Amino acid sequence: MRAGIRVSVAFFQLFYQSVYLALGQIWTNKTRSVLTTIGIVIGVASVTAVIAALTGLKAKVLSQVETFGTNTIFILPTRPDKGPMRHASWWTIRFLPEHFDNILEHCPSVESFSRIGGVGQHTVRYGEKSVDNVEVTGIEPAFHEIQNRPVSLGRTFSVIDNMQVRPVCLIDPKLRDELRLDRDCIGQSIRIGHHTFSIVGVIEGQPELQFGESGQEHYEVFIPFKTTFKMGKPWIAAFAASKGTEVTEEAQAEIRFFLRRTRNIRPGEPDTFRIESVKRFMETFNSIALMVTLVAGGVVGISLLVGGVGIMNIMLVSVSERTREIGLRKAVGAKKSAVLTQFLIEAVVLCFVGGLVGVGIGQCLTLIISGINPVLDMTYIPAWAILLSFCFAGSVGIFFGMFPAIKAARLDPIEALRHE
Amino acid sequence: MTEKAEKLIIRLQNVTRIYKVGVELIHALDGIDLELRKNEYVAVMGASGSGKSTLMNVLGCLDRATSGYYELDDKDTTKMSDAALANVRNERIGFVFQSFELLGQLSALKNVEMPLIYSRNGWWSRRKRAKNVLERVGLGDRIKHKPNQLSGGEKQRVAIARALVCNPSILLADEPTGNLDSKTSEEILKLFDQLHREGQTIILVTHEKHVARHAKRIIHMRDGQIYSDLPREQDPAYKNTIQNDVRKGPK
Repeated sequence: MRAGIRVSVAFFQLFYQSVYLALGQIWTNKTRSVLTTIGIVIGVASVTAVIAALTGLKAKVLSQVETFGTNTIFILPTRPDKGPMRHASWWTIRFLPEHFDNILEHCPSVESFSRIGGVGQHTVRYGEKSVDNVEVTGIEPAFHEIQNRPVSLGRTFSVIDNMQVRPVCLIDPKLRDELRLDRDCIGQSIRIGHHTFSIVGVIEGQPELQFGESGQEHYEVFIPFKTTFKMGKPWIAAFAASKGTEVTEEAQAEIRFFLRRTRNIRPGEPDTFRIESVKRFMETFNSIALMVTLVAGGVVGISLLVGGVGIMNIMLVSVSERTREIGLRKAVGAKKSAVLTQFLIEAVVLCFVGGLVGVGIGQCLTLIISGINPVLDMTYIPAWAILLSFCFAGSVGIFFGMFPAIKAARLDPIEALRHE
Repeated sequence: MTEKAEKLIIRLQNVTRIYKVGVELIHALDGIDLELRKNEYVAVMGASGSGKSTLMNVLGCLDRATSGYYELDDKDTTKMSDAALANVRNERIGFVFQSFELLGQLSALKNVEMPLIYSRNGWWSRRKRAKNVLERVGLGDRIKHKPNQLSGGEKQRVAIARALVCNPSILLADEPTGNLDSKTSEEILKLFDQLHREGQTIILVTHEKHVARHAKRIIHMRDGQIYSDLPREQDPAYKNTIQNDVRKGPK
């Protein structure tokens, strides 16, 4: 017991002393230390910046998805890879409105449901103003809840609007401003394509972030689902919301079972539709993020390797420069282990200092990234990334410092003291 | 004859040290028998290649004897592990080198503290002990100075303080005045005399007669063997220097 305490105290003494000496060495050879640790600095800075950017992106996406609803399910037709339908035209595999009849009764895990009918992009006119390429979509009332886009002014579509195929529409505030409509534009008439619609409400705009479309303005007009048939033949898809995130998969299975029956798909034949959930999307995003992290990790690994070789080189120089010092230390009673520890700690301290500077630079990079790109405004360096960087820097120090330290420890004191 | 009553510190019996250079064997030490008692002041003299440095290294536990028996403070060192020998060097032996061997980045105090870092029990009191020993060698006002701010004599004093800080059984000085002018040399030798009076056992390796003259016992080496081992008064070198001084007369 006492021996154990004595050993640990001795180790602590040596450790403290070595750190002190190592910092002194680094301070004396400032230029050399800076050049040596540059590899480590770059490695650590890049790994923290990449992790920070990814964390920021992930936080952003998560916050988007949360406004979207994590229990949202998308249903859309797909051509299967095999089976008799694999060469079918898109038109044959399209959804028909009656495919979804009574879906809520047959799928107990589904909370709400809305078909949507896309009729493509049309030109919208009001007075002398016109806007091209406006997305016209037919929706059912549940859409507002599922997509979290309530009507901020006016009313939603009623059952009568839908049944009587009335020419009414909901307008997106961006489009309203573009058309120079009044803020309260309810009751005004606009022309969509060749049809006249009267505005019954203003729907809240889409959340800011839309991957891939952020450059171009995106305008939307919504009409009752049945009204889309007046505009042409709609491309039908559907949104559903499960009763909770935990039953999303059950809801998907129920919808699949239901749709296979209504679409007359024989057992054994593949589905001609796809049921996607936000959860799936998140999984895809996570796997992409993981891949980016791995690639970045590889680059950082190479950088740390180069940095490590630099450390090893400088430690070898240090050992041969300080041969007499090592001889002296051994002469006054330093054991092999003490000399080994001293040089090893010097390498590790060098790496840690590099890591510290690297984290600092990484922090600056992160601030720059979040300043430049508003999508990444939630970017920050998580604590675990800093810890990870330091662990990496430390292990590089131990790994590449070992060889020079062993070389120092093995020096013969007599020879070392005679060294010029 | 009071010296005989003192404790035996060093006992060498038929110690040899053989180096192998290619196929040739070099007998650096060739059957050395030596006994040293506490508070002795010994000078080891000899031409270069006589084996005095090797003897010094063996006595200082930096080197191991090829054969023979070496006992330091009643302990057999020939069978000790490297780590145990490091402890022996730390606790029982103080080295003073010709070229001082101070660490340039550290202050005098830190240099003197250095051996205590590796010591098993001196660590906590190292600053106090280093200060005390620096005062003992007369550098109490120079403790914060770095080696390049000190004169040669002061550097050697710091080195002596470093050698003494662990209270060693023997002080091994290898040509301690080799890099100093004659006036400073005299001062350093006076310091050795003072330490001897205070009870320190000292072994001085030198090839200069006026340095050896300060010792109480002078050993001459030749070809790895002890050629003569006499008290100062009977040593021919001592007699000669006295005669020379007499011949020169007072300045």
